[in-house]
Amino acid sequence: MPKYLIEVEDMTVAYEKKPVLWDIDLKIPKGVLMAIVGPNGAGKSTLIKAMLDLVKPISGKVLFNGADYHSQRRYIGYVPQRESVDWDFPTSVFDVVLMGTYGQIGWIKRPGRKEKEKALDAIKKVGMEEFIDRQISQLSGGQQQRVFLARALVQDADIYFMDEPLQGVDARTEKAIIRILQKLRTNGKTVVVVHHDLQTVQEYFDWVTLLNTKIIKYGRVEEVFNEDNLKITYGKIV
Amino acid sequence: MISIEALLSDYTLQIVTLGSAMLGVVSGVLGSFAVLRKQSLLGDAVSHAALPGIVFVFLLTGIKQTEMLLLGALISGLLGTLIIISIDRYTRIKFDSALGLILSSFFGLGLVLLTYIQKIPNANQAGLESFIFGQASTLLKRDVYIMIALGTIILLIVGLLWKELKIFSFDPEFAQSLGFPDKKINIILSSITVVAIIIGLQSVGVILMSALLIAPGVAARQWTDQLSVMVILAATFGLMAGVLGTVLSSLVENMPTGPAIVIVISLIVFLSLFLATKRGLLWRHLQMRKNSRAINEERVLTALYQLALNHDDIYHAHQTAMLNPGEAITRKADKNIVNSLHALRAKGYVRSDYFDTWAITDAGIEQVSRIMVENGGEEL
Repeated sequence: MPKYLIEVEDMTVAYEKKPVLWDIDLKIPKGVLMAIVGPNGAGKSTLIKAMLDLVKPISGKVLFNGADYHSQRRYIGYVPQRESVDWDFPTSVFDVVLMGTYGQIGWIKRPGRKEKEKALDAIKKVGMEEFIDRQISQLSGGQQQRVFLARALVQDADIYFMDEPLQGVDARTEKAIIRILQKLRTNGKTVVVVHHDLQTVQEYFDWVTLLNTKIIKYGRVEEVFNEDNLKITYGKIV
Repeated sequence: MISIEALLSDYTLQIVTLGSAMLGVVSGVLGSFAVLRKQSLLGDAVSHAALPGIVFVFLLTGIKQTEMLLLGALISGLLGTLIIISIDRYTRIKFDSALGLILSSFFGLGLVLLTYIQKIPNANQAGLESFIFGQASTLLKRDVYIMIALGTIILLIVGLLWKELKIFSFDPEFAQSLGFPDKKINIILSSITVVAIIIGLQSVGVILMSALLIAPGVAARQWTDQLSVMVILAATFGLMAGVLGTVLSSLVENMPTGPAIVIVISLIVFLSLFLATKRGLLWRHLQMRKNSRAINEERVLTALYQLALNHDDIYHAHQTAMLNPGEAITRKADKNIVNSLHALRAKGYVRSDYFDTWAITDAGIEQVSRIMVENGGEEL
């Protein structure tokens, strides 16, 4: 049994000439709620995508539970950025959440009663049962974010990666989403979140990664989230 | 002109129409996905780029054998698409420029080759130009059987991979994270779309084939917010266009099938754009007018109520001009208020006492308190 649940070793990612991520080494233990913070263009989303094999790194590897991503996919959930999809797509809240079960079903087979119950459950967990049949373009930003969260909950994963799940939501929805994330942690899940708001890092998270192409520091919030490290991460502006 | 009755009992036409029907269904189904994935123009590129392939194969073989011609169409269509995608990926030229460039240069090459062919003495070349605008009546029975077989296979694939196609079209990245690689699904979807385009070339033609692919999906999207309904509707629209277009073109001598089909499907698109109940322009306009009327009525009633609050006698009547305090009274605003007042009177919420003076009723006061609760519980 490896000591760390997620291990990233020597990972470098480049789209064109300039590297987006440089020589990333990161070890995340089980059962933490970790924020990834850093300035715009620091490579926060890319880090998540590279760990999920959605972006191919030039070098380096990622291990989950000591094994490679593909053998562990079943235990990994993902919440992409809300803007990454066309919300005018002809589908309903229920349908989108049901998509979270597709990975467990596999190719060709259709979701059955069990999957539909799971989807219903997840919709209730994020408080969207009123909107279950609503077309997704009729949702507010916060509601869309909750739909994406429900879709990930349905995956019933052990590790969750979330790309800015608090982006464009109001204060009440933000609190509700954070409560769900903290409950996931309480249940022994590991949650990695790309986060924008430095003010709330200490309140919401117990681990943090400070990223600016390279990893500046990572670890417990109370140990690494301080002014000196933030200055290095964000330059002199903070 | 042939009489419709004679036409409908014509065996050849029946077979040809069957082919067009299948083509319409398949185009509608696959076009729905192309529309949703915002890849409407790729089909246009494939079909235009197919022309030089058709003519080139004829130059090589000297005979008009459908399978061989369509194979040539397939190869040059794919080649054109490949070049477009490569230009977009490896140069600084943008996708739309690459598309326009390749589409027209391949089509131009096709036309040049076609002109050259017409100069050489070969009795067989006649009819090759019908690939430009399409001529369903040139279909042989065997061609139609091939269309039906390929169409059935395509529909089967879509049915089996329904869930995968749906998640891929909506959120390819998430699909990949679940173990449905977007590259794999993209290849499957693109391949069957290209096959559908190729089998449509003979009856619809290289220029207009993309319209039969895209238009049914666009029309269907106006009527529904559900993918399955959209695809079924698009298939139905495609079928209607295929059948009606083919019959239309056989009614008039020398009328190519492609334009006839496109006219029918365009009609369906325009009707859908205006009349559809989900997103149609007319329906949305009416809905918006209804909404603004309702809001205006609420506003006027609330204003009347507030005026009443400042009076000892709640039922004191006020002039219309009083109801728009602080605002310059334009003629239109004035008219809107009067219209709202008349509507409110019809509902019993206000009373008109004398000429142009209005008072709130008990029912009106009740309604105001309901409005206020709905709008976040303002204090009364």
